[in-house]
Amino acid sequence: MKIQHPFARSLVTFRSWPFVIDLGVALCGLAVFFAILHMAAYWMGTPVPVVPISHSISALPLYAFYSLVRIGIAYLLSLTFAITYGYIAAYNPRLEVWMIAALDILQSIPVLSFLPPVVLAMVALIPGHQLGIEMGVILLIFTGQVWNLAFSFYSSLKSIPREMTEASRIYRYSAWQRFWQLEMPNAAIGLVWNSIVSVAGGWFALIACEMFTMGDRNFQLPGLGSYLQTATFSGDMRALFAGIAAVILIVVATDQLIWRPLIAWSDKFKFEQVESSDRVTSPILTLLQRSTLLSSIPGRIWTHIEEPIYRRMAQTKTCRIVQPLDQDTKRRSGTPGLWIAAALAILVIAWGADQAFLMLRTVSLADVRLLLLGAGATFLRVNASLLISAAWTIPVGVAIGFNPKLARIVQPVAQVMASVPATAFFPILLIGLVKLGGGLGVGSVALMLLGTQWYILFNVIAGAMSIPSDLKEAASLYRFTRWQRWTTLILPGIFPYLITGMVTASGGAWNASVFAEYSHLRHHTLQTIGLGAQIDAATDSGRFSILLLATILISLMVVTMNRLVWRRLYRLAETKYKLEG
Amino acid sequence: MQETGIPNETQTSVVEAIIRAEKIEKYYAQPSENRIQVISATDLKIVPGEILALLGPSGSGKSTMLRMLTGLSRPSAGQVYWHEKPIGDTEINVSIVFQSFALFPWLTVLENVEAPLQARGVPPDERRERSLRMLDTVGLDGFQAAYPKELSGGMRQRVGFARALVVEPEVLFMDEPFSALDVLTAENLRSELLELWANKTMPTKAVFIVTHNIEEAVLLADRIIVLGRNPGHIRTDFRVQLAQPRDRKSEPFTQLVDYIYKVLTKPDVAPAQAPDQQAGPRVRDQRQMHYQMLPHARPGGMAGLLELLLDKGGRDDIYRLADDLAFEIDDLLPIVDAAQLLGFLKIEEGDAAITESGAEFANSEILRQKELFRDAAVKNVLLLRQIRRALETKSDHTVPEDFFLDVLDEQFSEEECLRQMETAVTWGRYAELFDFDASRRRFVLPDAQEEEVDANEEAE
Ligand SMILES: Nc1ncnc2c1ncn2[C@@H]1O[C@H](COP(=O)(O)OP(=O)(O)OP(=O)(O)O)[C@@H](O)[C@H]1O
Ligand SMILES: [Mg+2]
Repeated sequence: MKIQHPFARSLVTFRSWPFVIDLGVALCGLAVFFAILHMAAYWMGTPVPVVPISHSISALPLYAFYSLVRIGIAYLLSLTFAITYGYIAAYNPRLEVWMIAALDILQSIPVLSFLPPVVLAMVALIPGHQLGIEMGVILLIFTGQVWNLAFSFYSSLKSIPREMTEASRIYRYSAWQRFWQLEMPNAAIGLVWNSIVSVAGGWFALIACEMFTMGDRNFQLPGLGSYLQTATFSGDMRALFAGIAAVILIVVATDQLIWRPLIAWSDKFKFEQVESSDRVTSPILTLLQRSTLLSSIPGRIWTHIEEPIYRRMAQTKTCRIVQPLDQDTKRRSGTPGLWIAAALAILVIAWGADQAFLMLRTVSLADVRLLLLGAGATFLRVNASLLISAAWTIPVGVAIGFNPKLARIVQPVAQVMASVPATAFFPILLIGLVKLGGGLGVGSVALMLLGTQWYILFNVIAGAMSIPSDLKEAASLYRFTRWQRWTTLILPGIFPYLITGMVTASGGAWNASVFAEYSHLRHHTLQTIGLGAQIDAATDSGRFSILLLATILISLMVVTMNRLVWRRLYRLAETKYKLEG
Repeated sequence: MQETGIPNETQTSVVEAIIRAEKIEKYYAQPSENRIQVISATDLKIVPGEILALLGPSGSGKSTMLRMLTGLSRPSAGQVYWHEKPIGDTEINVSIVFQSFALFPWLTVLENVEAPLQARGVPPDERRERSLRMLDTVGLDGFQAAYPKELSGGMRQRVGFARALVVEPEVLFMDEPFSALDVLTAENLRSELLELWANKTMPTKAVFIVTHNIEEAVLLADRIIVLGRNPGHIRTDFRVQLAQPRDRKSEPFTQLVDYIYKVLTKPDVAPAQAPDQQAGPRVRDQRQMHYQMLPHARPGGMAGLLELLLDKGGRDDIYRLADDLAFEIDDLLPIVDAAQLLGFLKIEEGDAAITESGAEFANSEILRQKELFRDAAVKNVLLLRQIRRALETKSDHTVPEDFFLDVLDEQFSEEECLRQMETAVTWGRYAELFDFDASRRRFVLPDAQEEEVDANEEAE
């Protein structure tokens, strides 16, 4: 009884809000409906590989809409796939090792280099519709987004506290209830943060691949990326800036309307013993939660869907018996389906390897030498960009992190900056370079910097903020010199965060190299020595063997770096430099 | 003793058991392909109308036993029956109260309690009504909308109880339900639980509680089973016939506590009141095993204990010692065990008596203490002796930790291996037998000694 009074009062007080919002929600519903109609009509249209791209500003909203839909679809696909993949890997000990190893390698492959073959395959698969090219691009963004989501979901499943799993078993939760009450909540925070990174990566790739040339064929899709490139080609600066503004607007809006509310909402999934004082707040979330329509209707609909499921599940045999958790007793010798799937997979892999081998045999020795040279150059460039980023972000990030008020403002900004696709700025960078007469070598490092430094900054700030204040006080009490402060307190304190930032940044930089080292600008072709350039050049001339070899090389380097450097540093960070705050 | 701890014989076999375990064993596969036996073949019955407490030292397999009895873990051999039907294919009705509460932080108190009913397909209105009633019973009226993190530990465990009882379990299982709570809260919850049980407020027919707290077991239980370890086996099983409410200070109570303590501290000796020893499994003797189980105690703790003992004239009842130190008796246990292992004290009739070397140790200043500790450690602890020898023999005077982990692995579970190693490192560092480089996970000789050893070698 006591509880219900304040609740009732709050309902009365906030009456004025919900109506406006409810109206808005209804309008959004209508908009979504027409948007779907429009997309369907466009997709089912006959394929026009070279859709003429307008660079008038009035075309911008439609283009932005197309790009958004692509990102949205790719993201939803990734999420679904990631959850399925993570689920199977976590609960199937037989497949687990394989699936995780595959994950590790797949996430090291820079997706952009796969653009041409994927698009060709998709066009062949769905002939006669625009959908083919679209699917190719969406599939590509999907492959760039999915792996970290899958990994995050998998590790959340693995880290569910044992006693909680046991509780769910002893109280005979159905798979359905377990998913919604145990597994998803446990994975929510990781999924939200990884979604932010994934979608940022998606924008980066989308802008780059809405328009590309392969042999004598041009592929372009109406969207923000192709708009920006067209504007650059035609030298229409006004359109270019408008396009960039649109990209930034979308990123900021996504952050404010989707990510912030999600972060604030996911706060309730934290495993904390006491309520923490400073948490992310989101006015949007507060509004949504106050809307009567939104807080009651979906809940009610959901209950109607859920209750029959619970009732049905409760009757099943598996739900009436406590399922043991042990693995050792249920060593089933694999279902026939699994064996067939495994055999098929092996066949496909063998066939692929054979084809790849045949293709690689056509590569000449001179080509290989050139590729290796390029690999070296790109390697240096990636690491140079990492070093430059670290060099400025560490001092700046620490300074900001030690000033909590400033940090609270700068950190979200860094997060947004990290989400702005650097590829959008690339055209401007190129124009500047051509004017100044600089080479693309500098330009590509600049692009990598543009895309990756924010991750490091964001993490360094977080690291500096996490250094306990009593340690800082101790340092000033004992009159540490500046050098001592840095070597004994600050650097060890931010180390784990720095490594996290650097790993993310290095992945981004490798991906960027494919795009950054080679570019058409009106009638020039700018390029520099590098693997990325060779991938692009091979794409241009349709030489798939070079493309394949270069991709293999990049993946090899990324995997080796991960194994030899990053993983070790990670372990060091986890064992030696862990500050329990 | 006679009137309190009588063997558990005929009473239980007449009544039909709710849960009956028949020769259950448990092995865990180690990553190194070794299999460790955690529980050796054991028979056990849970009958209606009793609170059964399972006592035992850490790592003796209490939790493993509980999980096998609830169907959460399948025995490697043997079978568990629920009303005489195999537990793996009947619908059973049990609940578990967990040490860590295991509440879902993202659900409100009410939702947490409702969840098990939801799993059983109870319609929403009934679910809500039953849950609210149960929250009322455990004293959480008005907290239904709160989240677990907003509650104190004691209140959280109340939610744990409400969730367990709302399904009206036939057997209520608890795995150290009070050990995460402070003493007063635990005391409170215990007496409330007893009240619920005595008033038959809950339809539960039997309670099974795992604990490592001797007093708790004697306070609550109608029957106590003591497990021994390596591998887990029943050491003794007897009824407690003290009337409720029980008085901790009463003579029979303390006698019973003393008796159990004696059983626990002497893993090698058959319990005095040898009750009902089924001609079951041959239990592997601790002494036949290669390595001693190192109790997880710090040298400083041992010194403290020995000094106190010396103050008291060199001999005192362990139970009283714990009281004086305001220690839970089972926090003191490892320290006593460790001092005993090193030959610093002896256990006689539930009393700890300091030995000659123990007295010298307690009386010395720190450097001498380290020396005495070193001698005792090398003499009595095989693992430390081996590490030291290996370091002296190898030319670079370092040995990887893995080397010893592999050896220990044959005898202990993976987790226990790590704990053993941790204790060995603490002792070895204190005794300056060796140093441990945590980043490379290697044992190394202390610098000064390295030169010494090298010099000796050259001289030879
Ligand atoms: N899943 C597992 N895999 C391997 N070994 C295990 C596993 N679970 C438990 N063990 C080992 O089995 C032994 C018994 O464990 P158990 O948790 O049952 O002991 P316990 O008596 O409950 O101890 P505690 O008082 O510490 O809770 C321990 O040595 C433990 O390391
Ligand atoms: Mg336990």
